[in-house]
Amino acid sequence: MGLHVVKNEAGEIGFRVQVGGGMGRTPIVGTVLREFLPWQQIMNYLEAVIRVYNRYGRRDNIYKARIKILVKAEGQRYIDDVEAEYKQILEHDGAPHTITQEEYDRVAASFVPPALATRVLQSAEKTDAELRHHAADDVQFARWLARNVAPHKNPALRAVTLSFKRLKQAPGDASADQLDTIAELADRFSAGEARVTHDQNVLLPWVHAEDLHALWIAARAAGFASANVHLLTDMIACPGGDFCALANARSIPVAEAITERYQDLDELDDLGEIDLHISGCINSCGHHHSGHIGILGVDKDGKEWYQVTLGGSDGSALSGTPQAGKVVGPSFSAAEVPGVIEAVLNTYRDTRESGENFIDTLRRVGHDAFKAAANGARFKVEEAA
Amino acid sequence: MKKTLNILSAEEHVDDGDPKVLQLANDADPLAIEECLADIERIDLHFPKFTDGRAYSQAFLLRRRLGFTGDIRATGDVLIDQLVQMERTGFSSAVLKEGVDATDAQRQFDRFASFYQGDAVKTAPHFAAGN
Repeated sequence: MGLHVVKNEAGEIGFRVQVGGGMGRTPIVGTVLREFLPWQQIMNYLEAVIRVYNRYGRRDNIYKARIKILVKAEGQRYIDDVEAEYKQILEHDGAPHTITQEEYDRVAASFVPPALATRVLQSAEKTDAELRHHAADDVQFARWLARNVAPHKNPALRAVTLSFKRLKQAPGDASADQLDTIAELADRFSAGEARVTHDQNVLLPWVHAEDLHALWIAARAAGFASANVHLLTDMIACPGGDFCALANARSIPVAEAITERYQDLDELDDLGEIDLHISGCINSCGHHHSGHIGILGVDKDGKEWYQVTLGGSDGSALSGTPQAGKVVGPSFSAAEVPGVIEAVLNTYRDTRESGENFIDTLRRVGHDAFKAAANGARFKVEEAA
Repeated sequence: MKKTLNILSAEEHVDDGDPKVLQLANDADPLAIEECLADIERIDLHFPKFTDGRAYSQAFLLRRRLGFTGDIRATGDVLIDQLVQMERTGFSSAVLKEGVDATDAQRQFDRFASFYQGDAVKTAPHFAAGN
């Protein structure tokens, strides 16, 4: 179930309700059941969603015992059944889980912005001048400001991403010492708050703009200041066969090899924002289906192989309508993967128009040129021998 | 939570073809049997495997939608850690799977004093129940 908080034309808050999305061996984009459901009704509505699934979902095959399979197979009939059940919950049961304003207020009181440092802040002009001065002084700081720092609804604050993507650092891993350092940085710079992101980084959500330079120095010392947020090396990868009993192949060495190949920040900046997602098996913990470039570990005859997909999208502003990527061809050996990625990216560089992102070029040009480049990067038989 | 569920061993469960007892298959629609309920005192719902939870929805619909006030009994693969959910969805008795010790059940009911979500027994959620 996917809930997207939205406002309707009257400015009221509610949810766009999507059901039946998922990755795994059968990637499916969720079906929209309601474009706008008033927030007061969300629990009543989800009770209907779940009850219809429990009554009619498949039980004969564990791979198909999923809400996504039911929604896909039944389509409009599932939606009609949910709406009929929802009507019963409202009219017959008396809508017992309608959220009251009082309950909303009680819960909302737990989500107030934190009390920030009470010290007197310097003027925004002075802060801007200082940041400009430091950025002119040090290109690394300038890059970090551009890449890892995001605007905030409070103009005095910024949201800062601590990047965990660098050589010798497996995506998704953090040591006990690193966690201690995050805690210290959060206490010192972010009202004691840190968030783990979907992209396997850590976000500090309450940073004063005037503290950015001090934070950068501390983050750099801890190895969290790679200015690569949203770029190729800011990839998502599951633990893979190094740690996971389900995996068919290792993910971390593939992530490391690609990171090693793309160490030049100028080159990364030039390639722009790209989602690279790696999963070590079809369960898709690394979300390979939604990567602009996806890598999936597969097992053939007890050996590790990697399927490469192109054109996946997670539905974000950068990537457009969500969709699963398409496989470029037979799977590659681990040693071939960095060359395949390079061939695909070179095709992008050769065919892009000015200012065009990877995913937009791929959609405009079509998959064929990219597929040909990827398959052309296979080792010849004598090389592989 | 206060245990009202009547927990039975396999020996205590009587299944002798009494016409006042209805056995409902777990893929049957409980809403279709409304007219047959007049003289029914007990409905047995079946869990073929503990992972197959269709009988929870059946019990809920029998209690909430049809207002059935007789005994609703869980049979089949009934394990200790399902008993609280059974009571909350409207079951009033449960026949434990062979080999399961009923004395372990009480701990499950002691674990939580109350719940946020309403259910078939206490229909209002915590925030609307005046507590």
